[in-house]
Amino acid sequence: MSRSGSHSHRVRWWCLIVAVVAVWVQQVEGVWPLPQQLHQSADRDCLSPQRFSFTYGRDSAAQTGCSVLDAAFKRYFSIIFPDFTTLSENVLQYMWSEPQPFVVSVSVKTRGCDGYPDEDSDESYTLSVSEGQAVLRSVSVWGALRGLESLSQLVYQDDYGTYFINKTEIVDFPRFAFRGLLLDTSRHYLPLYAILKTLDAMAYSKLNVFHWHIVDDPSFPYQSRTFPDLSNKGAFHPFTHIYTQSDVIRVIEHARMRGIRVVPEFDSPGHTQSWGKGQPGLLTPCYKGSVPSGSFGPVDPTVDTTYKFMASLLKEVKFVFPDSYVHLGGDEVSFACWQSNPNVRKFMEKMGFGKDFTKLESFYMESIMNMTAALNKTSIVWQDVFDYHERPRSKYVVEVWKQGCYLCKMRRVTKAGLKVILAAPFYLDLPIPTHSWARYYNVRPLAFRGTDEQKKLVIGGEVAMWGEYVDATNLSPRLWPRACAAAERLWSNEEKTLNADLAFPRLKEFRCELLRRGIQAEPLFVGHCRHEYDGL
Amino acid sequence: NLCLLFFQSPVRSCLLLVVVSVCVQQVHGVWPLPQQLHQSADRGCLSPQRFSFTYGRDSAAQTGCSVLDAAFKRYFSIIFPDFTKGSGLLMCENQSNRLSVKTGGCDGYPDEDSDESYNLSVSEGQAVLRSVTVWGALRGLESFSQLVYQDDYGSYFINKTEIVDFPRFAFRGLLLDTSRHYLPLHAILKTLDAMAYSKFNVFHWHIVDDPSFPYQSRTFPDLSNKGAFHPFTHIYTQSDVMRVIEHARMRGIRVVPEFDSPGHTQSWGKGQPGLLTPCYKGGVPSGSFGPVDPTIDTTYKFMESLLKEVKFVFPDSYVHLGGDEVSFACWQSNPNVRKFMEKMGFGKDFTKLESFYMESIMNMTAALNRTSIVWQDVFDYHERIPQDTVLEIWKGEKYQAELSRMTQAGHRVLLSAPWYINHISYGQDWRNSYAVQPQNFSGTEEQKKLVIGGEVAMWGEYVDATNLTPRLWPRACAAAERLWSNEEKTLNADLAFPRLEEFRCELLRRGIQAEPLFVGHCKHEYDGL
Repeated sequence: MSRSGSHSHRVRWWCLIVAVVAVWVQQVEGVWPLPQQLHQSADRDCLSPQRFSFTYGRDSAAQTGCSVLDAAFKRYFSIIFPDFTTLSENVLQYMWSEPQPFVVSVSVKTRGCDGYPDEDSDESYTLSVSEGQAVLRSVSVWGALRGLESLSQLVYQDDYGTYFINKTEIVDFPRFAFRGLLLDTSRHYLPLYAILKTLDAMAYSKLNVFHWHIVDDPSFPYQSRTFPDLSNKGAFHPFTHIYTQSDVIRVIEHARMRGIRVVPEFDSPGHTQSWGKGQPGLLTPCYKGSVPSGSFGPVDPTVDTTYKFMASLLKEVKFVFPDSYVHLGGDEVSFACWQSNPNVRKFMEKMGFGKDFTKLESFYMESIMNMTAALNKTSIVWQDVFDYHERPRSKYVVEVWKQGCYLCKMRRVTKAGLKVILAAPFYLDLPIPTHSWARYYNVRPLAFRGTDEQKKLVIGGEVAMWGEYVDATNLSPRLWPRACAAAERLWSNEEKTLNADLAFPRLKEFRCELLRRGIQAEPLFVGHCRHEYDGL
Repeated sequence: NLCLLFFQSPVRSCLLLVVVSVCVQQVHGVWPLPQQLHQSADRGCLSPQRFSFTYGRDSAAQTGCSVLDAAFKRYFSIIFPDFTKGSGLLMCENQSNRLSVKTGGCDGYPDEDSDESYNLSVSEGQAVLRSVTVWGALRGLESFSQLVYQDDYGSYFINKTEIVDFPRFAFRGLLLDTSRHYLPLHAILKTLDAMAYSKFNVFHWHIVDDPSFPYQSRTFPDLSNKGAFHPFTHIYTQSDVMRVIEHARMRGIRVVPEFDSPGHTQSWGKGQPGLLTPCYKGGVPSGSFGPVDPTIDTTYKFMESLLKEVKFVFPDSYVHLGGDEVSFACWQSNPNVRKFMEKMGFGKDFTKLESFYMESIMNMTAALNRTSIVWQDVFDYHERIPQDTVLEIWKGEKYQAELSRMTQAGHRVLLSAPWYINHISYGQDWRNSYAVQPQNFSGTEEQKKLVIGGEVAMWGEYVDATNLTPRLWPRACAAAERLWSNEEKTLNADLAFPRLEEFRCELLRRGIQAEPLFVGHCKHEYDGL
């Protein structure tokens, strides 16, 4: 009894000190990516985990039972107070003679807690932090998730471990609706856990599309229910190196909970070597002289069975992946094998394509884009498809990936009236030194000559982590914090975020926060974080 | 079908396995490649239950030998990682591995003269490993562990093998920089594990530098109190250092500390006022500081005490004294330094001042019975330095010419310049490390012998525990093979590629977060996320 009495005495005295110190330790912490409008005052409130709560506003369309937000409350509580459980209640009780409650009230205009985020999802939110409370308002639950993320970044600890939040007003919305990240699970298999962890980190940077480049030449890890032989024979290993249907569902649900769309890519007609193993007859047999050489080229676009197969596969994809977009690939098709094959040449003649194999590819791509449209899905294709045929007969989304003058390409694509996604300057698998994160930061996606209408067709951008030299061993440090630079470019007001030097201290701090959250984010430069990575 | 047979009748499954084995025949490599390796297609199967290590009767080391007892334990788990899950259905012969060491020395430390050679002979039911020292025995155990492999059914096999092996260079180092970023103890220990797998034998601990001073000195505790990133969490205590040294010793790895001066010492100044040169602007001190002040006695007294402590804490006979990249601008600005220059007759040549300082601390080091290593700058400035000083080449251009000059002057040399693997580029840059030929410079045979080895450097500007391991491994393995193996037999990187790919998978299996070389997969992927 007497011991605890003296303790409380000492602690009260100590709290006074904190109040005095606070005047000059005053930290106003940033939010990454930078909100559209952010006003912070030096006034701050200290937060006690015991008296901190999330509630739904009275006027909120979503209430307890809303799967997405209930889970987010739980998640963000631990993110905001990571050492909550390790602090003894006694200490906390004596920290403030009267711990003040702090209530985060979340109000959502429309429901949709069980839906999926989509291209039209409204991610805007307003956040107002004042004494003892924060009010978060958004149109959709997805906007509320973005607001919770910002809120979590506003909370900080001083040197004594006390949690604080400054009075803050935020009005925020994304600059681009499509802020993607591509993972390549074909060149190397990524264990499920690596994908889920990446989704966590994406949400911290407000990236909202996981572009799953799930299959390619080297392996076919997607376990198809319609064509099980594709992974049985085309995966690196038919049991350990595959994504089962339940794995895929887990990825989609984990992403949904974080307001992230999952756009699968089934790239064809090139990049399909692994498909051929489990689907005989799909690929074009290459010829040497007048006999088959034994090797295979792209998908054979001249036979009906190909289109029947693709129709069934796409039907399954529609069934498994709820997103309204499907990526159909269409890049880097080598024509040498088609050219060698007498049946293909005959088909070219019959169709009047002459010697122009780009027409053959366009013919194929158009067919599968029509299938996709018939399934009520929007096709994304790599820019090659547009390059070969600049007068599109149907609407599709073009992804610009070729280095060089990517802005010229954006201009042409938007001039043709097509939506466009920019990936070219965001190829993160190229391991340029970390300090050149500014290279991604300095990208200006709209800096091409064109009308406002054209600019509106730029729906966003995407960081790409191709897998030639990347697997679970180096994925995270190569992604983070470099992808954050692109994330801010895609979310924030460009005018306010032009200066990489100004961004540097904020990004440095955000990287430390990623470490604290268990993301293996590599350093930007010499220095240290309070919580170093210890996941070794 | 096969699976059923396997579980229902161990005897029949064994028959099946034997039949299968004819076509599954794998002969596995050893990385780095042994000097002589003869393998036959005959193989024996190993059962964890019937596998043992013993000391040969004629061995100078017997049970109780700390280094080898620990190595037996370690390698048993490495060889049989899923031992506890093993069903033991296969009927394998006893495999007893006898190990004979000529000299004792189980409680000593590896040093520059340690004999790391060994002979390994694997035949039916037994393997015989012979070495002069326990350090050689460790190398042999590592090779042995790489010879064991599992087939698709999980059974362990080893082929009949004869190995005669010894290192090409005595000094095969790896540098970690714990000043630009702090590396948690665990990251260092894990690196030592991986070093042993590639037969690296020197951990060059670039422990302090400008950004921070994490070494907690017993003589000068303020150095880390004020110079570390954080005085409690971002330091190496004496017990941390002892753990590193002991962990390294158990793996036959030397720990060579570097206390780099007179440049690269900004963090030293925080805890040791008066040590660094005050820079001047106009006629007044600017408030900033330059290199160590080489003009005053207190500096030398401080360095002497520090080096005495270093000798006491680090058992290795080498100490790295740095001496690189000293900027002369601050010295030049300081009137006391200019006066000293005049008095000493150095004129305007500040390289003479640096040489004066380095010579003083090299003499101190010699008086403590330690061999100094210094960066090439010291030699470049002052060609006549104590003969037994080891020089380390770090500058990228024209390192062959530098090798020539240094060895001509009779110095022992370490090559690091082509192995700065903190630099990364797209693609398979391990091939660049592999192509290095450390003795390909103009000089006599005697000169070539003065190249005592080389060192992989992982500087810390952009590296901490988050990306250390995938950036080190398997890229450092390329240099490891260059430094251990016969160059004639390992010139072709294309031939090395499949071996290295396999070795990288083995590193993953051992829990080392080694990044991929190219498209592909491993049976055991990294799951340490």
